[in-house]
Amino acid sequence: MNTIKKILGILWIALGIGAGYYLVISQALPLWKSGGNDLVPAIIYTFILAPLITLGMSTFGYYAVTGEFNSESK
Amino acid sequence: MTHKKQSLAYIISASSVGTLIEWYDFYIFGSLATVLSTKFFPTDNPTAAFLNTLATFAAGFVVRPFGALVFGRLGDLIGRKYTFMVTLMLMGGATFAIGLIPSYASIGAFAPMLVLALRLLQGLALGGEYGGAATYVAEHSPDEKRGFYTSWIQTTATVGLIISLGVIMITKASMTKEDFDAFGWRIPFLLSALMVLVSFIIRRNMSESPLFEKAKEEGNISANPLKESFGHKLNLKYVLLALFGATMGQGLIWYTGQFYAQTFLIKICNIDDTQANTIMVIGLLIGTPLFIFFGGLSDKIGRKGIMLAGMLLGVLFYRPIFEKMYQTVNLSNKEKVISTEKIDRKMTAIDGTSDSLLTTTISAAYTDGTQFKKVIKVTKLADATKEAPKADEKTTLIINSSDKWTLIGMIFFLISFVTMAYGPIAAFLVELFPTKIRYTSMSLPYHIGNGIFGGLMPAIATFLVTQAKDANKKAEAAGEAALYAKPYLEGLNYPIALAAICFVIGLIYIKGTGRHMAE
Repeated sequence: MNTIKKILGILWIALGIGAGYYLVISQALPLWKSGGNDLVPAIIYTFILAPLITLGMSTFGYYAVTGEFNSESK
Repeated sequence: MTHKKQSLAYIISASSVGTLIEWYDFYIFGSLATVLSTKFFPTDNPTAAFLNTLATFAAGFVVRPFGALVFGRLGDLIGRKYTFMVTLMLMGGATFAIGLIPSYASIGAFAPMLVLALRLLQGLALGGEYGGAATYVAEHSPDEKRGFYTSWIQTTATVGLIISLGVIMITKASMTKEDFDAFGWRIPFLLSALMVLVSFIIRRNMSESPLFEKAKEEGNISANPLKESFGHKLNLKYVLLALFGATMGQGLIWYTGQFYAQTFLIKICNIDDTQANTIMVIGLLIGTPLFIFFGGLSDKIGRKGIMLAGMLLGVLFYRPIFEKMYQTVNLSNKEKVISTEKIDRKMTAIDGTSDSLLTTTISAAYTDGTQFKKVIKVTKLADATKEAPKADEKTTLIINSSDKWTLIGMIFFLISFVTMAYGPIAAFLVELFPTKIRYTSMSLPYHIGNGIFGGLMPAIATFLVTQAKDANKKAEAAGEAALYAKPYLEGLNYPIALAAICFVIGLIYIKGTGRHMAE
């Protein structure tokens, strides 16, 4: 189980970075360009969800890879 | 023993009533978003005004984690009781003040600025309140009953929502539409002052949490709760685990079942506002006791399995349930009574201009009793060289009793998922962190998961549906096949994807707890 936790840690890091890229480049950028009413979701994607998911998931993944959740998980 | 039981009942009810009022205060803003948009924002562009109101509503969610940090720190430094008394007064004051703000027509841009400032205060207050109340009740509860006792706190968000909808419906019913539009909408906000006063009186005689008192006597109070909670890997990893393995999924399940379902009924199924709110209130009322049931059950079989089951059910059944709701009222599945179809056209002058407004009202009845009404408003400009504003269309359905009960059944299923994911989570979170940093540490993941991932869900989902519909229209105009077979379900991708990730993380990384409080 500990090995699975560590391997999945890499997935969480990749997911965090991938989600950040998807939200900012694929979703928010076209919305910033179109402007108007689309600015509200653009702001949400760029300044709230992307940093939260990227930083949070990557840090969580890093802890998983380094075995922080191996023996002390609750 | 009897005395102790009474004390615990008092503790739970005093904590719950205050938290309930804070949720009420927080949600009346959202429930009145349509009318607020016409009061506090320029009315020349109703869509932009509504989106600005939603953005202001969302700002309250985004700021909740900051409230968790500010008041969580205070709660871990000076005590739980005093901190959540402050948040109660702050919330009540902000809500009351929103009810007093003059309209945009009276004070111009100051109106939306004041609304935003007070909405931020509401978010900060709620960010501090919930963690305090949950911690306070949990620290009074025995290990074997903590899930059951804290589940009463878990009912407050739903009951607060029910009361906010109920107060608005009663206020609307007690006056004409014009009076409600003129001043009646202020009543639910002003009523908050009375509720907060009652809660303050109930709460002021409460004593401090015994675990906090003990920690204080032993000198085991954190000098810097923020640093200890988030600056040390040992705690930060649990904060992240709580967020990505529990509260993120729980928040999405909560807001999909209780908020987006309402938006879906009104905006996508086009059901009359009052009828949709009635359906929601009945579904919520039937489902609410399940919070207590699953909270109590978590004391017997553990928190993890119940919370994760709620998330998994949402992931698996959201699309079928929302599809069923959509098809229940879909007019293409019903037979129109041709003789009842009416089309009325009325041209009225627009005050202060030489332009006019053409209002076309189409109405019809269906064989199953469903009533359909569509109002199309088109502005006719006197100056033909100028571009006329986009036509405003509104479709409203009044559905029959059978469909109504089908929808109530669907809402009940959604609420039951909410109660599984949310009922045991307060006990789960307080058991994850030690007394000296509990308030701070549990509040932040809760308010990021519930407030940000969950709170923004209805806005994001609505946007995704609009985006899918627009893409289909463009494809149709270009003579291509539609890109989305069911654009009305596209909004569900967001909660389904994130709740699925949360389920996997929770399943693998969270160990079933022994239901003991960390020291």
